[in-house]
Amino acid sequence: MSAPVLTVGNLTKRFGGFVALQNVDVHVNAGERLGLIGPNGSGKTTLINCISGALFNDEGSIVFEGRDITRMPAHQRARLGVARSFQIPKPFRSMSVLENLRVPLEYAAWSRAEHRHITDEAMAVLEQMGLKERADENSAGLTQVDMRKLELARALAAKPRLLVSDEAMAGLSSSEVDEILEILLALNRRGVAVIMIEHIMRAVMRFSERVVVLDAGQKIAEGTPAEIVRNPQVERAYLGE
Amino acid sequence: MKLRVNAFWLCAVAIVAGGLVLTEVLHNDYYFNALYVILQGTLMAVAWNILGGFTGYVNFGSAGFFAVGAYTSIFLDKYFGHTLPLPVLIAAAAAVCALIGLGVGYLSLRLKGVYFSIATLAMAIVFATLISNWRYMGGARGAYILTPETFLWFHSYIQMLFMVMLLLTLGAVAISRNLNFSRLGRGLAAIRDDEVAAECAGVPTLRLKLISTTLMGALMGVAGAPYPFFVTFVDPASAFSLFVAVNAIAMPMIGGTAHWIGPVIGALLLGSAQQVITVTVSSEINVLLVGVMLVGFVTLAPQGIVGLAQKYFRRRPR
Amino acid sequence: MLSVDLLSNALVAGVLLGGFYAAVSIGLAISFGQLDIVNIAHPAFVIVGSYIAWILNSRFGFDPVLIGVLATPVFFFVGVVMYRIYYAAFERTGQESLSGLAFFFGVMFILEVGLMLVYGVDYRLVSADYIGKSFHIGWVGVPLRMLVPFTAALVMTGGIWLYLSRTFMGRAILAVAQDPLALQLMGADPVRIKQFAFGLAIATTSIAGSLLIIIGPVEPSIGRDYIGRVFAIVVLGGMGSISGMFVAAMILGVVESVVSTFAGPSWAPAVAFGVLLLTLALRPSGLFGRR
Repeated sequence: MSAPVLTVGNLTKRFGGFVALQNVDVHVNAGERLGLIGPNGSGKTTLINCISGALFNDEGSIVFEGRDITRMPAHQRARLGVARSFQIPKPFRSMSVLENLRVPLEYAAWSRAEHRHITDEAMAVLEQMGLKERADENSAGLTQVDMRKLELARALAAKPRLLVSDEAMAGLSSSEVDEILEILLALNRRGVAVIMIEHIMRAVMRFSERVVVLDAGQKIAEGTPAEIVRNPQVERAYLGE
Repeated sequence: MKLRVNAFWLCAVAIVAGGLVLTEVLHNDYYFNALYVILQGTLMAVAWNILGGFTGYVNFGSAGFFAVGAYTSIFLDKYFGHTLPLPVLIAAAAAVCALIGLGVGYLSLRLKGVYFSIATLAMAIVFATLISNWRYMGGARGAYILTPETFLWFHSYIQMLFMVMLLLTLGAVAISRNLNFSRLGRGLAAIRDDEVAAECAGVPTLRLKLISTTLMGALMGVAGAPYPFFVTFVDPASAFSLFVAVNAIAMPMIGGTAHWIGPVIGALLLGSAQQVITVTVSSEINVLLVGVMLVGFVTLAPQGIVGLAQKYFRRRPR
Repeated sequence: MLSVDLLSNALVAGVLLGGFYAAVSIGLAISFGQLDIVNIAHPAFVIVGSYIAWILNSRFGFDPVLIGVLATPVFFFVGVVMYRIYYAAFERTGQESLSGLAFFFGVMFILEVGLMLVYGVDYRLVSADYIGKSFHIGWVGVPLRMLVPFTAALVMTGGIWLYLSRTFMGRAILAVAQDPLALQLMGADPVRIKQFAFGLAIATTSIAGSLLIIIGPVEPSIGRDYIGRVFAIVVLGGMGSISGMFVAAMILGVVESVVSTFAGPSWAPAVAFGVLLLTLALRPSGLFGRR
């Protein structure tokens, strides 16, 4: 059993007096599909903000592929292979869809990309995501679904070894959810570990090999989807007493 | 892409040649005065746009950089007894203002949006106050600068200053253009559009912002360095003038901030209009004109002239 | 060489000045502190208020404070119009940051230069019975030209503070920046509320301007010195806190007065900006800020 690609140890994050995360331990194995669930406000987004580097944790450590990245700025983590998509899409609004992908290719993936063929690489990702026809359209004018796809496409363009997908499917129709799911599964087949945060249970359960449950900043359960579904603590967290 | 690169440099060479021809053909120094002012405005606009248009951080303190450049010139000239040649003074001004730019870049770590802009204004006023209280530079009363005797093969000193400013401005435009189409420029655009997303996409936002502010500072300092020799009398009020600051913002916004040619167009148009109005109507109207044009363009055509042109060409049937 | 005499005079002058600064800043505390509208032209409006006071005072001999109060409806109307333009051009399209800033920068410029063109750069003053007189408490002199504005300022800021905390409209203004959706659900239109608030903010400049010209002579460019002061006060006080703004105004008034007395008045403009930079660097949420 190889070492985990990501190890979050004893992580604590406070906002003033409010403790958003407390002593959270999570690990992700190489090429694994991890689901991260929990009621609203349980700290899921805070956790991935700490993993991606958008926030710095107060206590604890984050180790990625054997390197301690706890104090590393976000852009360096991206270069090492940690990518994330945002819950509310944040496209580069002055740029076309294609240009949006140039940025991660030219920065996060710079050491892994073909410098002379950036456009071709970008087009390849767009093709994967089903956005090829929109390559030259301005990113600000996309539909909701396409914006979510662009968010993911941008994360993929960074050639990550760990991808965190933050509620990429929220508000999408059933067939659209399946589309995104297929894309993430295909990515995973290529060896990329994926942490999926979702509220759409059938997606999480179908996708994940293992699930971690957070509630009020603490990990309350961990196991296979089947185990989690049967866990009374999880039920209580979602449905109350 | 190769063809476009050649076209630009061809134009640049042609402009330099044209400038030289003008110095032989035109004998009225007034024209060179006017051209100098227009070029100075262009250089400031191009510099401002590197941080403002390309990176999305609005600098209200342009006059501060300009004035520090001018006063660096004055200080070194005085300290070394008028022996230092102009290029050395320009380089020194660039270095000093680059350092200030670096400081301003670190400011952007803590301050975003309007707070950053107000901080730049604050910085300019702090410098203005410091220099107003510095007796060696003439304090609030100002300093006189002697026009040097030598002006190479030109017919007058202002002709030489004109050529110097022409070369400096072309250099700045070339840098700006290069930046616009480079990987670095695309990183800056990402910062402008969404700094957090850019950082997570691997863009080293702090480093790029520092490059942006330092470059802007240096270029503005360069614009200010020859100024004392142009006006021969400098006081804090004129050097730190709000007019310089507003022009530096208005010209790129009128021309269009996303493209390197925007500030050039805005500066040439507005600068020429200002020169004409000074002569025909009054110089105070100019000052009103900048404000009106800025407000007008910002509300009605926020993408500037370049944006209007792009929209027009997109609507025409292919 | 700390003379008690000098220091106590500086402190008293500072408090009086601080009260006045609160009057100048309260409009910005509403437009910038509550509505997040970066009205950098706010001091320029104050100067316009000063000029109106001067014109009517020198023409008809009216009391400046009275003029300031009577002119508020006009300023309110101008504020409403400005907000409508700002809203249509920027807020609705979501382009507030760069363009909105540039917009107000341009407006400030137009106002300042407009005054300069019409009235020139000479200093203007008003005359009233209380200007030039002062009374003494021990060795401390209290000039009436500072005391009258201080009192008027207290009344105005106190009145506005009460309005904002006690009336429905006032509380709606406080709420509109934090939760426009909730307001809509309550049947109040956020745009109309912001419009009213901005009008109110500009209306205060009418009174502030008349107070300013009582304190001292005015010419078009002195508005620029006030940019630093008002933003420093609003930021130091904490965005969204009127009482914080008042405290900050006092602090700035006293610091400026003491620096002016002991280091010379030419350092005064730097004080405000220095305070602003320090606040932004060390505690950007200000003293009582909500963020």
